[in-house]
Amino acid sequence: MTALELESVSRQFVTPDGGSYRALDNVSLAIPAGAFVAIVGPSGCGKSTLLNIAAGLMPPSSGSVRVNGERLSGLNRRATYMFQQDALLPWKNVRDNVALGLVLAGVASADANARANEWLARVGLSAFAAHYPSQLSGGMRKRVTMAQNWILDRGMLLMDEPFSALDVHTRQRMETELLNLWEATAENAEVAEKNNSPRAQRPLTLKKTVVFVTHDLEEAIALADEVVVLSAGPASHVVARHPVTLDRPRDLFELRTSEAFIDLYRSLWAVLRDEVIKSQRDA
Amino acid sequence: MKSSRASETRNGAVLAWQVAVGAIAFALWQTLVTLGVLDAFFVSRPSDIAQRLSTWVVSGTLWGHLATTLEESLLGLTAGAALGISLGFGFARSPMVARVFDPYIKMLNAVPRVVLAPLFLLWFGLGIWSKVALAVTLVFFVMFFNTYQGVRDADKVLIDNVRMLGASERQLVRHVLIPSALTWIFSSLQTSLGFAMVGAVVGEYLGATRGLGYVIAQAEGTFDTTGVFAGMTVLGVVVVIVSGGVSKLERWLLRWKA
Repeated sequence: MTALELESVSRQFVTPDGGSYRALDNVSLAIPAGAFVAIVGPSGCGKSTLLNIAAGLMPPSSGSVRVNGERLSGLNRRATYMFQQDALLPWKNVRDNVALGLVLAGVASADANARANEWLARVGLSAFAAHYPSQLSGGMRKRVTMAQNWILDRGMLLMDEPFSALDVHTRQRMETELLNLWEATAENAEVAEKNNSPRAQRPLTLKKTVVFVTHDLEEAIALADEVVVLSAGPASHVVARHPVTLDRPRDLFELRTSEAFIDLYRSLWAVLRDEVIKSQRDA
Repeated sequence: MKSSRASETRNGAVLAWQVAVGAIAFALWQTLVTLGVLDAFFVSRPSDIAQRLSTWVVSGTLWGHLATTLEESLLGLTAGAALGISLGFGFARSPMVARVFDPYIKMLNAVPRVVLAPLFLLWFGLGIWSKVALAVTLVFFVMFFNTYQGVRDADKVLIDNVRMLGASERQLVRHVLIPSALTWIFSSLQTSLGFAMVGAVVGEYLGATRGLGYVIAQAEGTFDTTGVFAGMTVLGVVVVIVSGGVSKLERWLLRWKA
């Protein structure tokens, strides 16, 4: 089943001097349910715009978005969104931030707190439940954000360069944690299907669809099942789609030096390089 | 906790210096008057002021006046805050209304409050309400502008995030916009409180039967400089004590800030 489908989506912006800027031009993209898809492209290529349109935070100028086959209007309630910037509420402590989505949905606070505690344990931050975001490191804040998003258990995760502000080592750790969480839900889904339990009868599997935007090709290959390359802006479009056939679970600390990884990197970089050069020439 | 002990020692040093600066200034003042460099008729002298203050305290006349001034300030602060916050919020949420009223708000804010005092005396009488009204006109604008700015300044990413997590419009107001504005409002509490007291005292000064402003005005009317300085000293001490309390409150309310 297709979880997210963009049909000839274009998006224009009005520039300050009254002109118009075409960020996305006729982008069509279908993402199957349960897939981990990375979208890469040079800076300013409209990656974030694409994600905002998929999230329903911004309507497309033309074209349409379908989520699980239904045309999207308004916010995408089947997705959570992890922003590049810190998006935790600074005046709420860690537990309240994690529980926020449940509280908004009307879950009783005792119940919401209990589930938030479970998630804090899962991301290894139980000891920091009463801390405020400003008292945490960048990596810890990202883990809180992941818990805040995953607690809602929505089928789709939209991620906009979530780890780009972190140092290299923290970043690799966060990528590993992300894959662990994602693969854990994937296993649950498979187990449920094998046992033919009532849960497996539900049309939506527990495996989450991930759309991960990044400008870092290495990160894209390391994490995703498929890498989509966008052209340099203006009028970005899809220039390549490339499956990533590396086995899972992946060991991110070893993966980057393996032959298969390097081959993939070479062939994708050949495509991306031209776009990066183009974007730098125009800038 | 080595660092906290170090900061305690530093606080102690600051306090010692603060006391020393005051003591030196008063000693200098006293000496200059005693030597005849300054005339006690015009500037009084610290020993006289201290004596006057102790008379006020012992006889109990001080407390009634002080209570009146504090009551007016507090009422002015509360009413001004309530008006300023609600209007600031409303304006920030409806840009059209904000644009229509913008020149009027600016005009009203530019009116010198002393000009309003006689009008308020006429409208609300010699009692506390004319002073409360004056305090309100000062506090209102501080609160109004800070609330407006606080709501308008709410982080776009926080708003988008909370909406993606499922917030309705009302929940957005409650979980993001109000807390965001509150940080601005709390940070302006010191200013607002100072303005509330200024409003009350100026009101009393221009026409009242009680309050510190009235005491100062009475003393000035009889060229009693000692009385004027004693009144000013009480005001000064009260402001330092109250703003110390407000600082503590502010630190607690904004404890989530690093």
